Amino acid sequence: MLELTAEEAAIAAGSEGPGAAMAMRIVAETARLMGAPRLLPVASAHIDGALYHGDSGTLFAEKLVEGGARVAIRSTLNVGALSPAGCAAIRLPPHQRDMAARMMRAYEAMGCEPSWTCAPYQAGHRPALGSDVAWGESNAVVFCNSVLGARTNRYGDFLDIACAIAGRAPDYGLHRPENRVATLLIDARPLSQALRASDVFYPVLGTLLGRFAGTAVAVIEGLQGCTTEDRLKALGAASASAGGVGLFHIAGVTPEAPDALTALAGLAPRETLVLTPDRVGDALAGLSTAGETDRVDAVAIGSPHLSLAEITEVEQRLAGRRLAVPLYVNTGRHVVGPLEQQGRRAALEQAGIVFVVDTCVVVTPILPEIDGAVLMTNSGKFAHYAPGNTGYAVTYGSLAECVESAAAGRLVREPRAWC
Amino acid sequence: MVLKAEILIPGAAASGRCLALTAPISFWGGVDPRSGAIIDARHPERGQSIAGTVLALPGTIGSSSASAVLLELVHAGHAPAALLLDAPDAILLLGLIVAREMGWPVPPAFRLAARDQIALAGRELAVSSDGLITAN
Repeated sequence: MLELTAEEAAIAAGSEGPGAAMAMRIVAETARLMGAPRLLPVASAHIDGALYHGDSGTLFAEKLVEGGARVAIRSTLNVGALSPAGCAAIRLPPHQRDMAARMMRAYEAMGCEPSWTCAPYQAGHRPALGSDVAWGESNAVVFCNSVLGARTNRYGDFLDIACAIAGRAPDYGLHRPENRVATLLIDARPLSQALRASDVFYPVLGTLLGRFAGTAVAVIEGLQGCTTEDRLKALGAASASAGGVGLFHIAGVTPEAPDALTALAGLAPRETLVLTPDRVGDALAGLSTAGETDRVDAVAIGSPHLSLAEITEVEQRLAGRRLAVPLYVNTGRHVVGPLEQQGRRAALEQAGIVFVVDTCVVVTPILPEIDGAVLMTNSGKFAHYAPGNTGYAVTYGSLAECVESAAAGRLVREPRAWC
Repeated sequence: MVLKAEILIPGAAASGRCLALTAPISFWGGVDPRSGAIIDARHPERGQSIAGTVLALPGTIGSSSASAVLLELVHAGHAPAALLLDAPDAILLLGLIVAREMGWPVPPAFRLAARDQIALAGRELAVSSDGLITAN
């Protein structure tokens, strides 16, 4: 049974204005539905609710603004439907464009930071180990829980901003230590060291993790010395699109898993998935929908948004060549800002790169409509959502294959052992 | 036949034909927010509309933007007349919590086990505000 403090009850009744009251009632009502006994203070928020899905979301945000609501804690914004800092053309009709812009302005007016990125954790927003936060956007949630060791549930649209205004969240789920214990084990040790230490493996592993775990917590054994932050980012994003993963552990790597046994709280796993070349091959094949074709109409990378290190790798692989098909580079202001200051952005654009900033190619119409078009990507999340949201079939490959294919205008594969 | 369901989100009495989904659905990407039509190409009830039905959901999956789709359906007048859920879902039901805060008419939501939903499929139902479900 939910109990509010006297202060929380007063705010819900309007002591700090109608906007703050609405936010507190939304948080409290969710807590009641989910059986949370109390609200707990949260240190920061990451807000996914500013992406336009229809006019109702804009009207909700504007009602909060009219009611005087302000965020009580640090709050970064996930992507919107427009690209104020980028160069890609957005094909939204005028009414939708206007409502999407109003929505973005309303969230900024409540004091949210105009970060407009799905990788806030690489844009300077990194909550402390063990702290409670309220984050939205599935890849950000899984990174925040797993890699940073901060504690958040998967906060959906509207609840994210309500928690940011209230400074509180319902106390249940992954906020509670007992729910952060792994119950499943994935053993990656049978795979070669070379595969385990390659970028292209991690979205495939994420897909396997998502399908195996669903919303449960798994610990992965056998990746010590193989991971980088960008690989963990790709792993989490793929797992949260293929399943409902909010938290994973990697033995010897992530902060709550000094070893597998600790992550499992000393208990035997409920189920174990041993990774074999066959299983990896099946998941790899499932990431592509285009079939046997060398057609490539466009290449998209950056879901989650690319880091500066990833763009530097693209730049090095490009080595001054001009691209034959557009390469859509999805990233945030935290990356294009330094690129501009260093005079690198213009050269990349001249080579044929299209910067998609503050948004991305699967959440708003950017890719031109072409019959039978094929999109190449190195992102497990793009591979999952692009067919439904853009109409493009997908070919999955490594970053090197993506750059070489964009330069050649057709699919270029590099030899690789998937075992 | 009469069933009693636990109230999740209260509302006025409602009636309509029961659309009992035979597979879980992601509202974002699975239901057209402009019409209520099921658009998920892999969903068994693809092409049917949830608008005006007593919608029975054996489960929900996928995106955290389900709440935004349900709110949009309520705002545009294409929401179900009532929802029957196997388990409370914080993300989907937020669409109704926010609709209530916006002062828009809110369809009620009740908890009804997936096994009890099957018998209601395709029948005309009356749902009272205290959770009594009557099949005609």
